[in-house]
Amino acid sequence: MSASLAAPPVRRPRGREGAFVPVLAVVLALVAVWYAGAYVLNRPQVMDAFARQKVEPDFESLVAATWSMERPVLPAPHQVAAELWKTTVEQRITSKRSLVFHGWITLSSTLVGFAIGTALGILLAVAVVHVKSLEKSLMPWIVASQTIPILAIAPMVVVVLNAVNITGLLPKAVISTYLSFFPVTVGMVKGLRSPEILHLDLMRTFSASAWQTFWKLRLPGSVPFLFTSMKVGVAASLVGAIVAELPTGAVSGLGARLLSGSYYGQTVQIWAALVAASLLAAALVTIVGAIDRLVVRRMGMAR
Amino acid sequence: MRVGGGTMGSMAAAAGGREAVIEIDRLSLTYETNDGPVHALSDIDLSIGRGEFVSLIGPSGCGKTTLLRVIADLEQPTGGAIAVNGVSPRAAREARSYGYVFQAAALYPWRTIARNVALPLEIMGVPKAERERRVADNLALVNLAGFERKYPWQLSGGMQQRASIARALAVEPDLLLMDEPFGALDEIVRDHLNEQLLKLWAKTQKTVVFVTHSIPEAVFLSTRIVVMSPRPGRVTDIVDCSALPRERTLDVRETPEFLAIAHRVRQGLRAGHSYED
Repeated sequence: MSASLAAPPVRRPRGREGAFVPVLAVVLALVAVWYAGAYVLNRPQVMDAFARQKVEPDFESLVAATWSMERPVLPAPHQVAAELWKTTVEQRITSKRSLVFHGWITLSSTLVGFAIGTALGILLAVAVVHVKSLEKSLMPWIVASQTIPILAIAPMVVVVLNAVNITGLLPKAVISTYLSFFPVTVGMVKGLRSPEILHLDLMRTFSASAWQTFWKLRLPGSVPFLFTSMKVGVAASLVGAIVAELPTGAVSGLGARLLSGSYYGQTVQIWAALVAASLLAAALVTIVGAIDRLVVRRMGMAR
Repeated sequence: MRVGGGTMGSMAAAAGGREAVIEIDRLSLTYETNDGPVHALSDIDLSIGRGEFVSLIGPSGCGKTTLLRVIADLEQPTGGAIAVNGVSPRAAREARSYGYVFQAAALYPWRTIARNVALPLEIMGVPKAERERRVADNLALVNLAGFERKYPWQLSGGMQQRASIARALAVEPDLLLMDEPFGALDEIVRDHLNEQLLKLWAKTQKTVVFVTHSIPEAVFLSTRIVVMSPRPGRVTDIVDCSALPRERTLDVRETPEFLAIAHRVRQGLRAGHSYED
């Protein structure tokens, strides 16, 4: 059969059933390494404490002590889990101590920044693909924009925007936009250029206008590329929102949680915020992936 | 038995008394490459009359596809003159006066079969009701009624190619340009589609220009066969097939007339090859 000749390659849904056992094995291995690391890193402090009490600890009590310190160098996984439980389930979500509250603050600016970044990325890609001179003039700047350290530019953006009375969510969203537009631009440029010569020739035989070719061929053809780059973009948006909270003395958000944790040596709180941030990132990427599969199936491209 | 026109001189007249749909006069197309110029087409003279089924046959590199693409205004010639429906290929393309069938079906994977066939009509701004009528008519014409809501990947290669023919026909052109449309299909499917195509041509009275490298396919389908050879791409012979009845079944391939025409085409192809062996 020559079906492969006619249709461009289309992604098939991957079998996900077989992935469970390997993933579980990796998670267990990581947790084991984590526990071992907690023992090694916390041991000197614990040894000091025992020495002050003039006690010679046996191995068991040493292990128990390294895994239950109040301010460990590296908290054990169950301490982080307990902190997560305490700050999510056992707190009202409006409380300043609730990670859900802080997570929502970060999430909202992530989503706003991601939405603007995606729109900006698509617009830039459309411009670059359709205006020949823009590819030469604009593309280098788009690439150069990502070489600037975000930690250096974030406080300046926030300060400048504060000076013109833009405060709150928007300055953080700007940083998210800054990080997320790039993968979308690059992915969409590739996607809009993905149609085969044959498909473009076909449009020419119909005497289709550039606009019709864009709307009926380039744009639908770029959808798989768009979602792939949106997965990268949404994770980058979250990083951007957290980074924007760090150097600007924000009082709420996961970044603020990291910052106040480090002020007061609350390592358990830092790690709980970190785990919350990575869970949030995983959830966001999963959601984008689910929308991707849904759209591809609706378009009839999934097999 | 008489087969065909013969010398280069009589070619332009071979279209007979019919009104010419395509007129090509001393056409050439030269690409500049780093290794010097490549003469893809050299001094082509050809006239194709209304209602003819003309095959372009030759080895790869002889310019048969390039010639078809020049007619479709997908390539620009560098010399000579060409008229399609009495105007330039560009004007003919903009007037949507031809349907083009590519070697691959080139169906858009995100469109159903019906919406693929409707694609050129959407672009032309044909109203919805008329669009639906033409889609239904042309899918029926290629025996694909009932497959409107399938996606391309749900169809076999032969069915996909039939859908792409329906798409070309939906434009309702008088001229059909086909570039090895069945080249990627297996022998049995190909025979079947050849028969269907011939019936379709008899029914619709369209002018067809058909590129192939299969001698039996060319002889079976054509009213005239243009034999081409490479380096430079040129016409070496034009073979008339009027010795065969206009209505043909696959059995015609066993008749002495068929074999005689096929023999002459093969000799023409060999002559084109000889100088480089």
